[in-house]
Amino acid sequence: MSTSTTQAPLGPPAIALAPVGTVTLKINGVERQLQIAPWTTLLDALREYLDLTGTKKGCDHGQCGACTVLVDGKRINSCLTLAVMKEGADITTIEGLGTEEKLHPLQQAFIDHDAFQCGYCTPGQICSAAALLTEGKAKTTAEIRELMSGNICRCGAYTNIVAAIEEVLNTPKA
Amino acid sequence: MNSFTYTRATAVDAAVREKSADDGVKFIAGGTNLLDLMKENIERPTRLVDINTLPLTTIDSTPEGGLRLGALATNADTAWHPEVEKRYPLLSQAILAGASPQLRNMATDGGNLFQRTRCYYFYDLATPCNKREPGSGCSAIGGYNRIHAILGTSESCIATHPSDMCVALAALNATVRVTGKNGERTVQFADFHRLPEDQPQFDNTLAPDEIVTAIDLPNEDFSQNFSYLKLRDRTSYAFALVSVAAALQLEGNTIKEARLALGGVAHKPWRDSAAENLLKGQPATEETFRRAAAAVLQDAKGYGHNTFKIELAKRAIVRALKQAAEGTQHATEAFKNSNP
Ligand SMILES: Cc1cc2nc3c(=O)[nH]c(=O)nc-3n(C[C@H](O)[C@H](O)[C@H](O)COP(=O)(O)OP(=O)(O)OC[C@H]3O[C@@H](n4cnc5c(N)ncnc54)[C@H](O)[C@@H]3O)c2cc1C
Ligand code: SF4
Ligand code: FES
Ligand code: FES
Repeated sequence: MSTSTTQAPLGPPAIALAPVGTVTLKINGVERQLQIAPWTTLLDALREYLDLTGTKKGCDHGQCGACTVLVDGKRINSCLTLAVMKEGADITTIEGLGTEEKLHPLQQAFIDHDAFQCGYCTPGQICSAAALLTEGKAKTTAEIRELMSGNICRCGAYTNIVAAIEEVLNTPKA
Repeated sequence: MNSFTYTRATAVDAAVREKSADDGVKFIAGGTNLLDLMKENIERPTRLVDINTLPLTTIDSTPEGGLRLGALATNADTAWHPEVEKRYPLLSQAILAGASPQLRNMATDGGNLFQRTRCYYFYDLATPCNKREPGSGCSAIGGYNRIHAILGTSESCIATHPSDMCVALAALNATVRVTGKNGERTVQFADFHRLPEDQPQFDNTLAPDEIVTAIDLPNEDFSQNFSYLKLRDRTSYAFALVSVAAALQLEGNTIKEARLALGGVAHKPWRDSAAENLLKGQPATEETFRRAAAAVLQDAKGYGHNTFKIELAKRAIVRALKQAAEGTQHATEAFKNSNP
């Protein structure tokens, strides 16, 4: 099993944080400092400490995608990461994607295609779709479906969700 | 979730030292399995050491011409890495068959190896489970066990290892680079995970304070004839009931080299060298594939709800080997084929 063993020198010890520490996050372009306990998830930090309730808590276990946000441009489930682990990160939530005056193209497409019913999964769907567009891996309808499979819609609006995303994907950038 | 303190690792050996000094310490990487289990109170670390600060995120060539995946490379970055897609498309496919895009962006290659079983009783603190509480009994044996193991089980535990990535790594003969108190060592992938025997609380053979730093892929070419076939209850975003990683090297229609590993059937990725030997030197025909499939499952044991897996696994092996032989899952089509 073991084929090689080399002795390595010991490095310096890790830095300890106090039970409640300061975390700095850049949220929707604004730097925010939070005093939080290390067990606060990024999702709870957004909703409970920053009053950004657009990001939803569905399952709290990585199974539904309602909590999807972008961290340094990548889509993740904010319920399965700790806010302290994202020190210094650039976070985009649904509140940062568009404004009521100027909707993100995906927000407009979701309205045009009636791509929701209760709307609970929608912020996660849109954040996830925004990342899907920048990732550039999905080209076909089947690929959109596969790469949106991390977002569950309890109302079953899938057909219209895929149509909305497909429209934005196929619209040439102005 | 219990309360805990949080620190960031400054160096690999410092992280190892911290963990050996205190068994309440857990490393956290992507957090997708650990935090899930902490929310269920199944894992209750008193201190988390965040290893994301360690410089283990890159994917580089090895001196031997293989590829080294840093333990902290994400599953997504690994699956879409040009060298992985080109040279180890079986691995790309297996990773993309697992979890969701969001989870793959978080999950690390090192963490994937350590993910714990999805046995529902393991997750349910109200029921006995030898893996969670050694000696308390196994609720799956004699209980509802549709997702459970059919190979290498014991009277103590019939849980499966849920990873897709690890099935491909087993087939590809990967090696795991590990650092512990006494320095660095390498572990063959087949020796990394273990069977439950009478100690199902241990999923793998590492010492508790060892850290995985990288996974090495050997310089071998299985980029033409391969297949990762995953069968599950829905098309996507579900764990495997049975999965098969099949890879062949062909000379005409003769099998020169064969790799065969299964997921969803055992406590570890189930690689079967005896079945591989049955394939070698034989014509790539359905007849040959059936013989290999029968060999893999000859000692399989069903526990009631999961007995269907025996026939399912046989058919999956034949189908995966057929796809591999036909070369219908080429690198460029790898992603297309994950949408059956
Ligand atoms: C809803 C859901 C669906 C999923 N579906 C699938 C699926 O279909 N297929 C599949 O394969 N997986 C699936 N997964 C599992 C996912 O792939 C794993 O959770 C992930 O790979 C774990 O990696 P991580 O970096 O997040 O680990 P963490 O959660 O950070 O860590 C897991 C464990 O590994 C230890 N650890 C981490 N890194 C190291 C290291 N370098 N050295 C030593 N110890 C370490 C930690 O201490 C911890 O105990 C799913 C997960 C979820 C939540
Ligand atoms: S199968 Fe293993 S993990 Fe599941 S209840 Fe039995 S002992 Fe626990
Ligand atoms: S709330 Fe995070 S995935 Fe469901
Ligand atoms: S619109 Fe109701 S859950 Fe998706």
